[in-house]
Amino acid sequence: MTLPRRAHPRPLDLKTGRVDLTHGGGGRAMAQLVEELFIKGFDNEALNQRNDQAAFDVPAGRMVMTTDGYVISPLFFPGGDIGSLAVHGTVNDVAMAGAVPLSLSAGFIIEEGFPLADLKRIVDSMAKASRDAGVPVVTGDTKVVEKGKGDGIFITTAGIGMVPAGVVISGDRAKPGDAILISGTMGDHGVAVMSQRESLGFETAILSDSAALHTMVAEMVAAVPGIHVLRDPTRGGLAATLNEIASQSGVGMLMEEALVPVKPEVRGACELLGLDPLYVANEGKLICICPEADAETLLAVMRAHPLGVDAARIGACRADTHHFVQMKTAMGGMRVVDWLAGEQLPRIC
Amino acid sequence: MKYIDEFRDGQVAQSMAKAIAAEADPAGSYHIMEFCGGHTHAISRYGLEDLLPANVRMIHGPGCPVCVLPIGRIDAAIWLARQDGVTLCTYGDMLRVPGSKRLSLLKAKAEGCDIRMVYSTLDALKLAQSMPERQVVFFAIGFETTTPPTAVAIKQAQALGLKNFSVFCNHVLTPSAITQILDSPEVRELGTVKLDAFIGPAHVSTIIGSRPYEYFAEEYQRPVVIAGFEPLDVLQAVRMLIRQINQGRFEVENEFSRAVTRDGNEKAKSLVAEMFELRRVFEWRGLGLVPYSALRLKEAYAAWDAERRWDVPQDSPPDNKACECGAILRGVKRPMDCKLFGTICTPENPMGSCMVSAEGACAAHWTYGRFRDAEPGMPQGPEPEEEETE
Ligand code: SF4
Repeated sequence: MTLPRRAHPRPLDLKTGRVDLTHGGGGRAMAQLVEELFIKGFDNEALNQRNDQAAFDVPAGRMVMTTDGYVISPLFFPGGDIGSLAVHGTVNDVAMAGAVPLSLSAGFIIEEGFPLADLKRIVDSMAKASRDAGVPVVTGDTKVVEKGKGDGIFITTAGIGMVPAGVVISGDRAKPGDAILISGTMGDHGVAVMSQRESLGFETAILSDSAALHTMVAEMVAAVPGIHVLRDPTRGGLAATLNEIASQSGVGMLMEEALVPVKPEVRGACELLGLDPLYVANEGKLICICPEADAETLLAVMRAHPLGVDAARIGACRADTHHFVQMKTAMGGMRVVDWLAGEQLPRIC
Repeated sequence: MKYIDEFRDGQVAQSMAKAIAAEADPAGSYHIMEFCGGHTHAISRYGLEDLLPANVRMIHGPGCPVCVLPIGRIDAAIWLARQDGVTLCTYGDMLRVPGSKRLSLLKAKAEGCDIRMVYSTLDALKLAQSMPERQVVFFAIGFETTTPPTAVAIKQAQALGLKNFSVFCNHVLTPSAITQILDSPEVRELGTVKLDAFIGPAHVSTIIGSRPYEYFAEEYQRPVVIAGFEPLDVLQAVRMLIRQINQGRFEVENEFSRAVTRDGNEKAKSLVAEMFELRRVFEWRGLGLVPYSALRLKEAYAAWDAERRWDVPQDSPPDNKACECGAILRGVKRPMDCKLFGTICTPENPMGSCMVSAEGACAAHWTYGRFRDAEPGMPQGPEPEEEETE
């Protein structure tokens, strides 16, 4: 007599269950977690092969690869969660080379005792973000660490993408005279996350800007293949990212504070928190540095895209042996916009 | 946030700059000390020096609580953190201030001391409630603004009967510091440091009011304008001070009347008076031993005083020899006069306290103003008129 064979007699208790060490142990419990949560959630051809690696064909040409760890706290914040962030962040890192993202991998490090319901919520959000972006999660890994050895859940995603022929976008290509554009308001993500942290206890209507920028980038690259630099101002915000580019490219920059769009409620929250919006993280914005002649075209392309309606030109690159990023302040004085110096900011990405 | 924008209007700033230029006598010079780190930060952050004529020089004062705490007190905090069962709570900036032997609270934390960064005294109080088995010590620093919150926390601890909460009190007083500067040999006898006028503190004055400044405006014949921390507040204060100097007046004027009254906040003042008493003398970085310039808890509150609960060392080790923080805090030197500035000492690796807090003169100049040193063509403040002693 043969009974119909079910791999797992009882389905995962997604309402009240918790992750325990067996879920990372390589046994049946782990197989069940992978099956019922990850494969079901991400559902795509490569992943469904259930191998330890994904096999797929890639077009010929120049490929980019990136990886990023996500350790954000809190895990859920207004406008997103660690799952959507882990997709958007890595898709954007691929896109900032002007590349078309092809696929992602995802590694989960989960702390023993983590509620399965939260895990499902994160995986579902991640799956949705990946579907919306059209970039599948094709392979993954799960580890469970003992209670106290992690903070809920950490996710690492890697991504690959193909760069269209003739496109060379890199942080070391900014030239004196180039225009500096940004795709929208600064500081939304960081403020949204920080407003959620209890010790700062204040409520705002600010949503994280977490979004995948690759479709906008594709349109920008199609319009102006000669873009010099693209980068998303995440940790350290606009200030840190401009400084990175300035030192990579060996140029100085001059920007104007009054030209940098910041939402009034973000400005207000920053005021309360003693932060400068220029240093607050973004997860759905990009900086574009291009020849002055292409600036207007690119601004128009960005503004026509839903993720770039507030795009603005904020300044220009210039020759400067010190590689200073300088800013004319809203008051009309001049200052340096420096790197962030070891500030004790909470984990926001 | 219309409220903020009102005080950051670029066009208003430009017209104020014109008014200042028109009123400043080109034949004279104006040396204005902004006492508070909050003003120092606003001046650097908004590049306000560029809006002032060359003969109006801003001198950064000692009103940065992190900057004025001497090494001995940092060492004492580290000592406290090392005691058995102690959890030390501190504001973030204090973590990085170098103590002696190249130690800091941050390094002590890495070595295993239980040191927590908090945003308020109440965070520390909550921590004490949640960890009854630990002794939670709050590293209290700051001028008159931060004293009332410390007092409130102790009141609450008293009401809750909390036996595991105490305060390492380092609260200091603004007026005595200003007097000390005006009495310093550089200002009084040698005349090497010119100080014509003061911008008075914003937040501190909301508590103590404008009355305490009346004494030294009169006695030392120095005009004072109490001003808010917004850039337009600072410009307006400069304009009012120039006018007083031109007219030979030395009064206390209040630009920050939207928050400051002559008598300040009576309730806060009486709470502080109830719980704290003057220390006979307290060491300040840069200013040395300043009589009656700091507070400690009264005997009745001894149970919450970390200095009574533990035998906290009272040493006063000398500053790093090359660090000029002391002279900078007295207005005698400027950050770029320090050999370590920007070479060995940066905000990532501070050698002195002035490079730690965003309100410190060195940190502000490095973070916002260092392009002025790099490009000779850019507008620069006038050189100090005379050779410094020291
Ligand atoms: S630059 Fe550093 S070492 Fe020099 S005075 Fe400033 S804080 Fe002290």
